Amino acid sequence: MKRDNVIEISNINKWFSLHHNYSLKDAFVNLFKRQKRDKSQFLALSNVAFSIKKGEAVGLVGVNGSGKSTLLKCISGVIKPDTGKVLVKGKIAGLIEVGAGFHPDLTGRENIFLNGAILGMSKEEINDKFDKIMEFSEIPQFIDTEVRFYSSGMFLRLAFSVAIHSDPDVFLIDEILAVGDAKFRAKCLERIKLLSKQGKTMVIVSHAEQQIRELCTRAIWLNKGKIEKDGQANEVLDAMNKFTGLVKK
Amino acid sequence: MEEEAKFQFYEPGRSKGLIDLFKHTYLLALLRKKEVKVRYRGSFLGLVWTYIKPLTTFFIYYYFVGRIMGADKEQEHYAIYLFSGLITVQFFNETFRNCTKSIRDNAPLVRKIYLPRELFPIASWRVAITHFYPQLFILLVASISQGWSPGFLNILAIFLGFVLVSGLAIGAGMIFAAMNVFYRDAENFVELITMITTWFSPVLYKWGMIEQHMPAWLFKIYMLNPLTIAVELFHYAFWWPTNIDFASLGLYMPSHFFRNILISLFIVALVMIVGQITFRKYEGRFAQEL
Repeated sequence: MKRDNVIEISNINKWFSLHHNYSLKDAFVNLFKRQKRDKSQFLALSNVAFSIKKGEAVGLVGVNGSGKSTLLKCISGVIKPDTGKVLVKGKIAGLIEVGAGFHPDLTGRENIFLNGAILGMSKEEINDKFDKIMEFSEIPQFIDTEVRFYSSGMFLRLAFSVAIHSDPDVFLIDEILAVGDAKFRAKCLERIKLLSKQGKTMVIVSHAEQQIRELCTRAIWLNKGKIEKDGQANEVLDAMNKFTGLVKK
Repeated sequence: MEEEAKFQFYEPGRSKGLIDLFKHTYLLALLRKKEVKVRYRGSFLGLVWTYIKPLTTFFIYYYFVGRIMGADKEQEHYAIYLFSGLITVQFFNETFRNCTKSIRDNAPLVRKIYLPRELFPIASWRVAITHFYPQLFILLVASISQGWSPGFLNILAIFLGFVLVSGLAIGAGMIFAAMNVFYRDAENFVELITMITTWFSPVLYKWGMIEQHMPAWLFKIYMLNPLTIAVELFHYAFWWPTNIDFASLGLYMPSHFFRNILISLFIVALVMIVGQITFRKYEGRFAQEL
């Protein structure tokens, strides 16, 4: 266990069962069927092990269903791995789908407080940062409107603003850089770069290759739940592209 | 050095359970506020509904059971007797029902962000309290109008009853909330239980009446039901100190009342422990099953 590590993952495995909702009717039908109930399981993460140093910006890449989001959820604690261990240091904030804690029936203001608290901020902290959050979102005129009347872009702006101000030690970012219009997206990218420069640790899941190349020094390529390659971001992405036949000309 | 201590490795997604919630009092308050607001959104009467619903239930029982079936002739101040029992059971029902649904209702949060999941049943309980207070207030006003003059023990009984009902509902609620994630049947099962609670505790009738109709062993269980005890505690708190002529009615405290209070406190503690253990056992799978 190294001193400057903030995330240590040792050989985690995660299975998902493919069949849910086993009802009384199913049980009855199965009684007369010859073959047994399909108990097939799906190995979402297979022997994944790595560690992340403080201040590193790591991209998780791979095709859909390769286990990126599951891995991120294991780091945030939402999902527990079946075997192996995840260890983290400091406050972890998941920007896993921003706005998860938002409620459409509450106003923007109420949502800022609720979501801030969900992301681990204290009342004083939210009060202090409230103006900054509003300013960053660029929608102060709608702050006392119920979020259900927001456009999807406005909603994401506010959600991202809260998340980015929650000041964790480790940011977990899942596909949220598709936020809003081009201008706002650029602003978000700038902010994330700034935070990264300030020494925040980041784990970023994205299909936008350019973002990974820009933001991350390191990338981990997952394929069918296994780590295929772990190394310098550009190298990993090039290797992945070669593998999937998507070599850029 | 202090910095070092703060940055110890830990496993994400592990909490100390209910005890950990003391760190989240602010979030808990916001969740409660959200629940209440969302529930009465787009409603003109809003929180007034918390008065309308229990009062309607009360008047229906009072009229049909009290007047038509004649229960109020047998019991002095039947209205107060009825209402004090009714709000106890309704507080239990609402807490139990909401706790059971709490994890499913907050599925988006449970799926995406890690928070101690005990937050959700506890927030539901806080919502139920929001609804309980106005009813308690009505009961208080009604009792005072009937010459309520409580002693220290009567007041103590209110707190004891509150603790018993809360603990039982939260503990059982946590068990069913965990089950409800896997099988929706839990929710229906709880509906069934809440349907009969009013009848399986001495809300509409005197506890003594049940003794004649039940086998002795069943009656013992009936009297050990923490809900029965809580209802009796509320009777003791509100109904007893309203100038009731006990001598002429031949009324008496339930036998072994004090002993039964202790036993039900023990039962409630047990239910809470089992609830917490069950909840923690399945908590790790909530996010993927929802």
